[in-house]
Amino acid sequence: MQTGNYSINEPSMSKLFDNLAEKGKTMYAPKNRGERILFQKVEKFGEIAGDYLLTANSAKEVVFPRYEKVFSYKKTQDGILINDPTGNPFSEVVLWGSRPCDAAAFIPMTNTFEKDYIDNLYVKRRKNLLVLSFSCNTCDEFCFCTSVNGGPGNTAGSDILFTRLQTGDFLAEIITEKGKKVVEENSSLFEASTAEGKEQSLAKVEPRFNQDEIQAKLQELFENPLWAEKSRACLGCGTCAYICPVCSCFDIQDEAHGSQGTRLRCWDSCGFSLFTLHTSGHNPRPDQGTRWRQRILHKFRYMPDKSKIAGCVGCGRCSRSCPAGINILDTVTAL
Amino acid sequence: MNELIKKAASLLEANEVQVVIGYGLGSAKRPQAIFVTTPAGCEQLMFDNRCIQNLAVYLTKQEIRKLGKPAIVAPLPVLRSIVQLVAEQQLTEGDLVVLGIDPDGKLLEFSSFKAIESFLSDHKIVIEEKYLKKIEEIKNMPVGERFAYWVELLEPCFKCYACRAACPLCYCTRCTIENNQPQWIPVASHLQGNLEWHVMRAMHLAGRCTDCEACYHACPLGIPIHLLNKSLIQDLSESFGDYGPKISEPNMLSSFDPDDKESFIR
Amino acid sequence: MSNPNIYIPYQMRIEKITHEAPGVKTFRLKFINEEDAATFTFKAGQFGEYSIFGVGESTFCIASSPTRKGYIECTFRQAGKVTTALASAEEGDIVGFRGPYGNIFPIDEWKGKNLLFIAGGIALPPMRCVIWNCLDLRENFKDITIVYGARSVDDLVYKHELEEWKNRPDVNLVTTVDPGGETPDWKGEIGFVPSVVEKIAPSSGNTIAIVCGPPIMIKFTFPVLEKLGFAPENIYTTLENRMKCGFGKCGRCNVGEVYVCKDGPVFSYAQLKLLPAEY
Ligand SMILES: Cc1cc2nc3c(=O)[nH]c(=O)nc-3n(C[C@H](O)[C@H](O)[C@H](O)COP(=O)(O)OP(=O)(O)OC[C@H]3O[C@@H](n4cnc5c(N)ncnc54)[C@H](O)[C@@H]3O)c2cc1C
Ligand code: SF4
Ligand code: SF4
Ligand code: SF4
Ligand code: SF4
Ligand code: FES
Repeated sequence: MQTGNYSINEPSMSKLFDNLAEKGKTMYAPKNRGERILFQKVEKFGEIAGDYLLTANSAKEVVFPRYEKVFSYKKTQDGILINDPTGNPFSEVVLWGSRPCDAAAFIPMTNTFEKDYIDNLYVKRRKNLLVLSFSCNTCDEFCFCTSVNGGPGNTAGSDILFTRLQTGDFLAEIITEKGKKVVEENSSLFEASTAEGKEQSLAKVEPRFNQDEIQAKLQELFENPLWAEKSRACLGCGTCAYICPVCSCFDIQDEAHGSQGTRLRCWDSCGFSLFTLHTSGHNPRPDQGTRWRQRILHKFRYMPDKSKIAGCVGCGRCSRSCPAGINILDTVTAL
Repeated sequence: MNELIKKAASLLEANEVQVVIGYGLGSAKRPQAIFVTTPAGCEQLMFDNRCIQNLAVYLTKQEIRKLGKPAIVAPLPVLRSIVQLVAEQQLTEGDLVVLGIDPDGKLLEFSSFKAIESFLSDHKIVIEEKYLKKIEEIKNMPVGERFAYWVELLEPCFKCYACRAACPLCYCTRCTIENNQPQWIPVASHLQGNLEWHVMRAMHLAGRCTDCEACYHACPLGIPIHLLNKSLIQDLSESFGDYGPKISEPNMLSSFDPDDKESFIR
Repeated sequence: MSNPNIYIPYQMRIEKITHEAPGVKTFRLKFINEEDAATFTFKAGQFGEYSIFGVGESTFCIASSPTRKGYIECTFRQAGKVTTALASAEEGDIVGFRGPYGNIFPIDEWKGKNLLFIAGGIALPPMRCVIWNCLDLRENFKDITIVYGARSVDDLVYKHELEEWKNRPDVNLVTTVDPGGETPDWKGEIGFVPSVVEKIAPSSGNTIAIVCGPPIMIKFTFPVLEKLGFAPENIYTTLENRMKCGFGKCGRCNVGEVYVCKDGPVFSYAQLKLLPAEY
């Protein structure tokens, strides 16, 4: 659903931010934190990092926090009282400054959380989320969005996609009803426009592989020395999963404080050695090779087989951040 | 570099080792750990100042041990880790061949672990001036401010455990954080969980940490958690003097003597 | 939306605790809320997440038969954090239960056939559910044979029921213990489950085999059954990959692209042959 193009200039951008923040929405945007630029809560427009390709962390925290209370309980004389957080209001969140890959990642993630059993914690957060993305005008050697049906100007998953044009103004493409409402409520900031000049402003992200071909090849390659070879340096940490905008695996943990407590959903990763360890001590994925295989197969075969969408948006974060320098492209292009 | 390549190739050729753990250029033109198993493959070996991953971490990994006896490319930080691993009985003489790289990039050969230890006695761990200043600054903060400093620093940590995974001395198959009976440390990466995790990590490395900074380089969020380790190194140097991995002396914090001056020991 | 929060468990009261074997207990659980009790249904083969509030959740199959209404039972071995907390719970205590999850044994398709149940160790619970289900509908099936093995005589669970099945003329029960696990007055077989199956050589004609046990037992029993002439379509088992959510989201239980929690835990050997051995 494409519902129109507008143009907006730089000062109005800052006004738009203020208007949204004034409405009491929680603003998430890229901001410097120590040595990295991270998606985090910001109060003022001026805090937003100016120059960044991608944040170090992904934006998934806004819908899938690294730990989330699924309920709290209290033991009383009359039994156990359970408090269901899905009954509470969820704050309205604006994700400002996401890249097209960040936004596209919400699509497979929504599939996961809405499939068969509806996870209302996720659904409610997603419903209250406004995604204001910015096209990419630069990229690096780790980016490969164009190989996974995305692109530096891809609109999927965003409510509005802004593209900085060579004129200095921004093109605002309105993608959804939510986006349209933003324009309506801030109509003085936007001017009707065409999408002209967008293509010239976008980064050139060279295609690195053909996703359909990879998916087809992966139907056969379960037993293959490639998995151990490509993951030899893997340290078995959680970085690639935690940094990934699509990964959504979790653990369920209780915390008690006296007679009350919470049950929490905490991030987890298929790269950890304990992830699949049976109680008996048997582990169906006994080494990093089999764990790396799971990562690749889940993203490039199982997810597209089941829902037509890959579990990877080509942001390259896992490869940029891997402490052992493992590059997902090396595996995928070697298949 | 030629020297290293030649030596590595000859070790493989003679089947003295079955794998060479070293650095090579990855596809993104970035150095990364490589595991060479053929003499010809040794051409890929390289070393420059971007090679900062501590390769000693692979010496205790089951996946790498399966490849056979290793030779390892070992700049200073790796040498220190090796000595500490030896001191902790994780490596024994004959387990591996050490291809040392001295600070000028020259190949070093060692006849024994003792020889590494003695080489290291001329290359002591020194905490850099900028860190000393930072530690001093933190220590001088009023308690509340100091706590707030660590809270702010550690808040983003999402507990991916890359810092642990990259550390050659975090070789336990079941880390304290994974002990759930009792659950010593909360699994969730909330503030309490993060603070406890990092204090635990630092304390388990106290007196063992060789200041390689692998934990810091591994952190995808760039959190300078090595500040904790460096601060402990500084404290221990002040209390016990000469800090560093040693085979010939007992471990700083995990050994005691009835004649020690502290009365609680007796 | 029927369930606003899929993580919230039913509250259940422990009505009865049975000590089955060292470290193994059976809980009979009743819904605290009458309405839940009235609307709750499940089928043989399904499992749930049992929890102690403040400690955590643990996956067990439902060990009672769906034909026995008003309660569910689970049998568990004390192994780690949650099972230890459960083991110290007492009658009257409240525990959590989420479920039922997973697919079912296609009992309706087995009408008119012989049934051969083969179970090892603590894996009798999933089997017990389907055994009782079939025994409660006894007229639907022909011969029923149960082969059950444990490490030692002490480790045999459901001793009462084993006695009952032994005395039933319409059940052929074979019990076995691992070599060295026998007592002086042990009258059953001695040997590992797969070899005992091979020895008693049940006929594969018009027979469905249901195998539950540790992965290693399953891996050795399948070939024996094939040798005896069982078609892979007529052999069923349940898989027990590590689970957390039970509804296909936490991501840890998959075998290839199949989620054991959602698409399983019941699989025919024919289905398993198409899947990688990731279990
Ligand atoms: C579909 C299904 C059905 C099942 N049905 C039954 C059943 O009917 N009865 C039954 O008894 N069991 C059953 N199980 C197995 C049962 O789920 C587990 O035994 C149980 O969840 C253990 O939970 P726990 O919290 O007590 O153990 P945990 O505390 O999770 O520990 C389990 C084991 O792993 C070890 N461990 C835990 N954490 C670590 C770590 N960090 N590093 C190394 N080792 C560790 C522990 O020492 C322990 O041995 C079933 C499992 C599945 C998937
Ligand atoms: S980030 Fe790198 S080292 Fe860590 S699990 Fe992923 S591939 Fe392995
Ligand atoms: S797998 Fe890597 S490149 Fe793909 S979306 Fe995740 S972090 Fe980005
Ligand atoms: S790649 Fe691994 S961590 Fe990521 S969603 Fe898939 S199974 Fe989970
Ligand atoms: S590597 Fe960084 S984010 Fe990961 S656990 Fe360590 S400090 Fe936390
Ligand atoms: S148990 Fe969570 S996906 Fe199967």
